[in-house]
Amino acid sequence: MKYIIAVIKPEKLDAVRDALTALGVEGMTLSDVKGFGRQKGHSEIYRGAEYKIDFTPKLKIEIAVEGSRTPRVVEAIRDAARTDRIGAGKIFVVDLEEAVRVRTGETGAAAL
Amino acid sequence: MQEGGRVKTAHKTIPAAVLIGAAVMATSAQAQEGPAASDTSVFVFNTLLFLISGMVVMFMAAGFCMLEVGLVRSKNAATICVKNICLYSIAGIMVWLFGYNLIYGVGEGGLIGKFAVWGADDTSPFETGYAASSDWYFQMVFVATAASIVSGTLAERIKLWPFLAFVAILTGFIYPIQASWEWGEGYLHTVWDFADFAGSTLVHSTGGWAALAGAIVVGPRAGKYVSGRVAPLPGSSLPLAALGTFILWLGWFGFNGGSQLALGTIDDAISIAKIFVNTNMAACAGVLSALILTQLTYKKVDLTIVLNGAIGGLVSITADPLHPMIWQALLIGAVGGAIVTFAVPLLDKLKIDDVVGAIPAHLFCGVWGTLIVPLTNPDARWIGQIVGIIMIGAFVFVTSLLLWLALKYTVGVRASERDERVGLDKTELGLEAYPEFAST
Repeated sequence: MKYIIAVIKPEKLDAVRDALTALGVEGMTLSDVKGFGRQKGHSEIYRGAEYKIDFTPKLKIEIAVEGSRTPRVVEAIRDAARTDRIGAGKIFVVDLEEAVRVRTGETGAAAL
Repeated sequence: MQEGGRVKTAHKTIPAAVLIGAAVMATSAQAQEGPAASDTSVFVFNTLLFLISGMVVMFMAAGFCMLEVGLVRSKNAATICVKNICLYSIAGIMVWLFGYNLIYGVGEGGLIGKFAVWGADDTSPFETGYAASSDWYFQMVFVATAASIVSGTLAERIKLWPFLAFVAILTGFIYPIQASWEWGEGYLHTVWDFADFAGSTLVHSTGGWAALAGAIVVGPRAGKYVSGRVAPLPGSSLPLAALGTFILWLGWFGFNGGSQLALGTIDDAISIAKIFVNTNMAACAGVLSALILTQLTYKKVDLTIVLNGAIGGLVSITADPLHPMIWQALLIGAVGGAIVTFAVPLLDKLKIDDVVGAIPAHLFCGVWGTLIVPLTNPDARWIGQIVGIIMIGAFVFVTSLLLWLALKYTVGVRASERDERVGLDKTELGLEAYPEFAST
């Protein structure tokens, strides 16, 4: 099992969600996050003074999948979240040791 | 019997037969002759004008409150609401106790009015021409407007109680004394023919001078000017700021239109309608001039400066919303919009921290609007306008500065840096304006 963490631009959420649903991904966790990568934030202007937003608002999606499905899921997120400009986000994949469904107590892939 | 209303009413009802004759001629030139209204009708319509206009001007307190709450950070939003509703309340009581008779109890050409609590005197209604209480109410809401200007500039770092103490003195004494020089037929009116129809100087610059003195004594917000850079500290809700601006714009029709002070003749009705149009046009031009100038200067439209542009245009036309032709009203308002666009960053260069831009919009545009009156009003003199601006400016600025300093060195005016970082809502009120959201 793999745990996929994707940080994407907020306006790309619908596209990513649709792509994952089409693949049969049955659950995800979403959080509002702020951060910066190589684009180093952006600047805004307020009452004549320019200022830097160091931490740009992003969305973080977390998905647990069976290992064999990982490449297709990563590819789907990558394609749906892509923009031509810097700051489109990152996808991280880590090994997932265990999963438990709270209601039934099922474990492993059956719990996903 | 109290001398009612502002100087214009005095002109119309009391001394100069010449002026009345001129007004009648102007009327017959513009409107068809009709039967004169009965004294009772005139009394009722005059009173109604005061009451309805006064209600709309009262609602400007809500406009200021929303504009200010939108331009402060969420950690200070509840405190600014407390300041706004309390300053309005204090103004009402102080105008009853001291203010009204300081304004209208001044002798002709005098400098200081009477110290006497106001009471309604309706013993000879047809001589006055309106219900005494309606006049008091209309004058009172103007005083509150001047105090509202101060709270916005000093938001986010001034302590609540010293601020309210300042408001009491401003509304009870400082404002009424300078207003008496013009609207009470005092020194500036009699000696200099000073003209300020609805209060570009008397209300708006007065609030602006008091705010400027406060901003100098209180100092900028923590983190505003750090190592030579201006940190913007963006406001919490630009939609609320926009709503507040629209409310102020609406209120201004009562502010300027009601300042005609009479609605008992066709001439008055025509004048008030013309004032509405000019007031509106000046605000339109203020908005568009700020819109275009921020786009050209910053390559982006700056919403809060555009909102200030509306206020700047409105303040600019307030000294004379009656005489200008439409194109002149547009020009006067457009200059007001330009003034706020360039004065906002200028104040930041001087490290004068004005959270909402009240000093550019109310003080600078108030000076501009007052200065330009003789262009369209043949009764005003350039030198008289300059003397009025300087005399009122010096009086309000110096008395305000002394008062702020007295407060600073006795009770203190400024929240501690820690309280300021945490936010005044938590430290002064022990609550949060938006408890569902973590404040940053």
